Amino acid sequence: MLEAARLRADFPLLQRQENGRRLVYLDNAATTQKPEAVLAAIADYYRTTNANVHRGAYGLAIRATEAYEAARAKLAGFVNAWAPEGVVFTRGTTEAINLVAGSYGRANLRRGDSVVVTAMDHHSNLVPWQILCQEKGATLRMVEITEDGRIDLSDFGAALERRPKLVAFPYVSNALGTVNPVAQLVKLAHAVEAVVVVDGAQSTPHLKVDVQALDCDFYALSGHKMLAPMGSGALVAKPELLDAMPPYHGGGEMISRVFDDHSTYNKIPHKFEAGTPNVEAAVGLAAAIDYLETIGLERIAAHEQALAQAAIDQLTQIDGVTVYGPRGHRAGVVSFTYGDIHPHDIATILDQDGVCIRAGHHCTQPLMRRLNVPATARASFYLYNDLDDVAALAGSLVKAGALFGYVPA
Amino acid sequence: MDTSLPEPRLSALYQELILDHYRRPRNKGALEGATHSVSLNNPLCGDEIDLQLRVDGAVIKDVRFVGRGCSISQASASMMTQLLKDRPVPQALALAERMSAMMQGDEAAAKDKTLGDLRALAGVSKFPVRIKCALLPWNALTDAVKT
Repeated sequence: MLEAARLRADFPLLQRQENGRRLVYLDNAATTQKPEAVLAAIADYYRTTNANVHRGAYGLAIRATEAYEAARAKLAGFVNAWAPEGVVFTRGTTEAINLVAGSYGRANLRRGDSVVVTAMDHHSNLVPWQILCQEKGATLRMVEITEDGRIDLSDFGAALERRPKLVAFPYVSNALGTVNPVAQLVKLAHAVEAVVVVDGAQSTPHLKVDVQALDCDFYALSGHKMLAPMGSGALVAKPELLDAMPPYHGGGEMISRVFDDHSTYNKIPHKFEAGTPNVEAAVGLAAAIDYLETIGLERIAAHEQALAQAAIDQLTQIDGVTVYGPRGHRAGVVSFTYGDIHPHDIATILDQDGVCIRAGHHCTQPLMRRLNVPATARASFYLYNDLDDVAALAGSLVKAGALFGYVPA
Repeated sequence: MDTSLPEPRLSALYQELILDHYRRPRNKGALEGATHSVSLNNPLCGDEIDLQLRVDGAVIKDVRFVGRGCSISQASASMMTQLLKDRPVPQALALAERMSAMMQGDEAAAKDKTLGDLRALAGVSKFPVRIKCALLPWNALTDAVKT
């Protein structure tokens, strides 16, 4: 396991107390805290390098552009992108998926076509496809999940029989922690010539990602879930696909020549980066990647799996607690309910002990309906959490049971 | 960490009366012959309420609710229905105002006997993110009688 207590010293916010207790931050699937190195990189950018990128002919603007493009190259290396120009900076996963739906989807989908999603997709990898299908008169097909929260492979196969134009699914489920067999799913989808969109919001921060090995076509990620600032993220795509796609947003930077009534467009990735980009986000993301690579993604993944396993072991010993999602291999996300105590009440009670968890539907309402619960409580781990945090979670949960006078049925 | 004694603010929040209304909600289920009905939800945490009223001559003759959600929203709904029966609509709206004032920390409202069991929810005012849970059924009420 990692020396999490030592790593916590790198995170100013984690030094704070909450309700007079040590802050136990277990909502990392929502967003992560930022290390000093990332905060310093952002401040340093504004103190030494700030200018608008890809425009100025002066030295400062050139250095700002270099910092921005170096961040792109670093991210490309981090996920083994096909090429740096296949990395389009976005505000996050949501915008990246909307870019695919709004550009690739609009250009390639026809009436009667179908798009496949899964019952474990986050709303951000569902609603853009609903909107697209409604606009195009296409069909949206939702693949079912198994009882233990994995994609139902036989239903996935059945959905592919309609030869969908596009298939979308998450690498890691934000609500269940399921790690999907992406390479296998991509192979099946490609066999029917579907284009594959992978939601990488929950995988990129937590395990070693190699998009070329996965062989998906589009991969969306968020920086803020991996120590980087909010508003950082990217769409990683096969360059030839991006190249053939129409622009998403119009404006400066994305053009080549502008005439009175039409324009020609810039090369990728700039064609998809209209307007002044969020350079501080890119610079912060690069610093976050440096931090993560110093520790190593394999070690981070192993650490989180150990914490998730410890949490499952301890929580399931409490009478009345139900843990959702697969047993065995899973990411550091543990969704649970506790008897008739509503998750929202659990979150309030835990907060009094400085334990931050998420309660709600986790932007996965179709999944909650299938689990037959309105909401769950969710603890999600990162590199700075340790077994003390797991113990704090379990201890506080026992307190919630006592407060509610919970009697096991 | 001390896990034996609940923190006082928590004990004030989760009083027995609230848990009783949560576990044994009064007036829960569909209402026959409803004249007014409103569905409201809180997308953030998934609390849902479907409030049905039978109003006759500007008097609430009967009221029932269907819903699911946290203890605060469900107890508030249950307590509210107890209080509304046979009450003229303007009085019901005045109660909604008192309830809202109590949630804003108004101590006079928290002692106002007209709020009945609902006074047990006064502790919610110390938990700002939970106020919307307690007010969900009341917002449904004001929506219902204004339509």
